[in-house]
Amino acid sequence: MREITLSQAVNEAIAEEMRRDPTVFIMGEDVAEAGTPFKVLSGLVEEFGTARVIDTPISEPGFVGLAVGAAMTGARPIVDLMFGDFIYLVMDQLCNQAAKQHYMSGGKLSVPMVLRTNMGATRRSAAQHSQSLQALVAHIPGLKVAMPSSAYEAKGLMKTAIRDNNPVVIFEDKLMYQDKAPVPEEEYLIPFGVANIKRTGTDITFIATSSMVQVAEKAADILAKEGISAEVIDPRTIVPLDEATLIESVRKTSRAIVIDEGHQSYGVTAEIASRLNEKAFYHLDAPVLRMGAMDVPVPFSPALEDVTVPTPETVAANARRLCAGEMIDAA
Amino acid sequence: MAKTKTNTEDYLRMYRQMVRIRTFEDNANQLYLSAQMPGLTHMYSGEEAVAVGICEALTDNDRITSTHRGHGHCVAKGANFKEMFCELLGKEEGYCRGKGGSMHIADQSHGNLGANAIVGGSMGIATGSALRAKLLGQNDVTVCFFGDGATAQGLLYEVMNMAALWDLPVIYACENNGYSEYTKTEEIAAGSITARAEAFGIEAFKVDGQDVLAVNELTQTLVARCRKGEGPFFIELETYRYHGHHVGDINREYYRSKDEEKDWKENRDPIVRFRGWLVDQGIATEDEIEAMNAEIEADATQAVAYAEAAKYPDVSEVDMHVYAD
Repeated sequence: MREITLSQAVNEAIAEEMRRDPTVFIMGEDVAEAGTPFKVLSGLVEEFGTARVIDTPISEPGFVGLAVGAAMTGARPIVDLMFGDFIYLVMDQLCNQAAKQHYMSGGKLSVPMVLRTNMGATRRSAAQHSQSLQALVAHIPGLKVAMPSSAYEAKGLMKTAIRDNNPVVIFEDKLMYQDKAPVPEEEYLIPFGVANIKRTGTDITFIATSSMVQVAEKAADILAKEGISAEVIDPRTIVPLDEATLIESVRKTSRAIVIDEGHQSYGVTAEIASRLNEKAFYHLDAPVLRMGAMDVPVPFSPALEDVTVPTPETVAANARRLCAGEMIDAA
Repeated sequence: MAKTKTNTEDYLRMYRQMVRIRTFEDNANQLYLSAQMPGLTHMYSGEEAVAVGICEALTDNDRITSTHRGHGHCVAKGANFKEMFCELLGKEEGYCRGKGGSMHIADQSHGNLGANAIVGGSMGIATGSALRAKLLGQNDVTVCFFGDGATAQGLLYEVMNMAALWDLPVIYACENNGYSEYTKTEEIAAGSITARAEAFGIEAFKVDGQDVLAVNELTQTLVARCRKGEGPFFIELETYRYHGHHVGDINREYYRSKDEEKDWKENRDPIVRFRGWLVDQGIATEDEIEAMNAEIEADATQAVAYAEAAKYPDVSEVDMHVYAD
C-alpha cells in the first residue's frame, strides 16, 4: 500500500469531501495560498477557489462564530485553528454556542462543523504554542473530539467528522505532519467511538492517544525484550469513547497505563482511568496509572521541555514496576 | 411618523404584532410575579417598534439572531403564543421542548436562530448565516439583533470586519435602549456607535426606534440592497426598555429616574403613537383597535392557561438532543 504523510492525509480527506459536497468549505488564518504554516492545506485553493478556501483575519472568535452560524443554516464548515493553544480564544463560540445549540433548541438546530487544530509539545515553541488541550473540550457535552494517531486515522476520522451533524474538534499532533503511514487509495471512513487495538498483549494495557500511541508502541517494544507483553489501544476518539474495548482489554491484562499529552491533572488520562476503576476494579492487579504532561506551562528550553512529556522509557519504567507489584507515586 | 407605501393590511399587521409583543410580555411578567415561571426573564416592552419594523421587512426565509431580551423578536418573526409560553414554563410543547427557556427560545420554522444568553454571543452566528447565503448562492438576509451593551464586545468588530470584507447580506441592528444592564450606556460607550461600523466602511443609520414605520421603511430598503449584494449594513435604533434589566430589577432609581421612564411611556410609546396615526389616517377606528387588542389579550390568556396545564417533558428527555444523529 502507498504511504503518505499525515499532512497529505488531512489534505486528501478535505479535498475529497469538498468534491463530494458543495456545502463543505474551509476557513481560517492563512489557509488559502499559504496552505497553513504547516502546509497541510496546500493546493486546495487552486482546486476550490477562494470562495470555499477562505483566508480570514486573525479573529479566532469571529471566524469560529461564523462557522457556527454557517453550520446552523445549511453549510458544513471546517475551521482551521492554527494552534491548539488558541482554543482559549474561541471558548465561548465553541462551548457556549456550537456545543449547545442542538440541545437548547430541543433538537431543532444543529451545528455540523469541524474545528481542526493541533497539539503536542517538544517543538521548542514554548508555553503558548505547545499545549494539548483536548481535555478542555472533551469536558463539554455536545462536542465530539477526535485524536488521530497516524495518517490513516487522520484521513478516516476527518472524513467522518465532516459528515457528522455535530461540532467535532480534531487535534492533530503538529510533530506528526511529516510522519508517513500506509493509506489506501480507495475511500474509507473511520467511525467515531471505535477504538483500534494496535497491538495485543497479556500483561498490561497501554491506552494512548495521538502521538502517545507511538510512545506506547515503542515502550511495548522495549518491554517485549524483557518478557512483558503489553497491549496498545488507541481510542481514536475520546468523545465518544469506546469504553467497552478498553474495559475488555483491562479485564484481560489486569493492569493499565493511560497516556495522553494533556496535563495530567483533571485530564483525559484521569477520566479514562476513573472509568476503568469503576468498571474493571475487581479485575485489576495494580492501580490504573495516568501519564500525562507535567503540570507546568510548557517550558522553552529543550533541556526542560523534553522531561515534561511521557516517553517510551518512562512508560516502560512505570509498566515494569506495575508488573512487579510495586506502588508508584504518580506525579 | 414617516410615510411608507405599504397598504392597510401591512399597517394593521404591524400594529397587531406590536400589541402581541406587549401583551405577551405583560403576561410573562405576571407569570414571574406570581411565581408561576421558573427563573428570570427580560422584558421587551417599549421596544416593540424595533422588532416589528424590522421583521415585517423580512420573509420566513430570512434569518434573525436574537438576544436575552428576545421575546419581541420571536413574536415579530412569526412565533405562536402557545409554544412560546410553553417554553417559558419549561413544558414539553415549547419551541425547544422546554430545554431552552426564555433566554434560548428559537423558532427555526420562521428563521429565528435563537435568543442568546451571552451578550453579543450571536453576532458570529448571524454573520455566518450570511456567509452561508453568499457561499451557497441563496438570497436570504440575516438580521443580527443586539443591544447597546453588546457593542462593548470585541466579537462585534471581528465579525463586522469580515462582513464588510466579503460583502455579506447581514444587517446589524443595535437596539440602543440607553442601558447596559444596570449602567447608563454613556458610561460604557465612548464616541459614536454608528461611527464604529463606519470605520469598516459599513453604511450606518440611526433611526427613531419608537417609530415603526420609520424602522420598517429603512429596513425594507436595506434588505433589498442586501439581496443585491450591497450589504452589510448597520442600524442604531433609539429605543427604551420599560422594565428593568430583568423582571426582578424592580427598584432601579439608583440608575434611572421614574420621571425618565414616565416620559418615554407617556410621550414616545410606539404602540400609542402608531395607534393614533392609524386612527388619524382613517385606517382603523378606535372600536376596531379595541376589538383587536381584546382578541390578542384573549389569545394570550388562553395560551397561558394552556401552557400552565401542559405537561413537563418526560425525565427521559434529559439526555436527548445532546448530539444530533
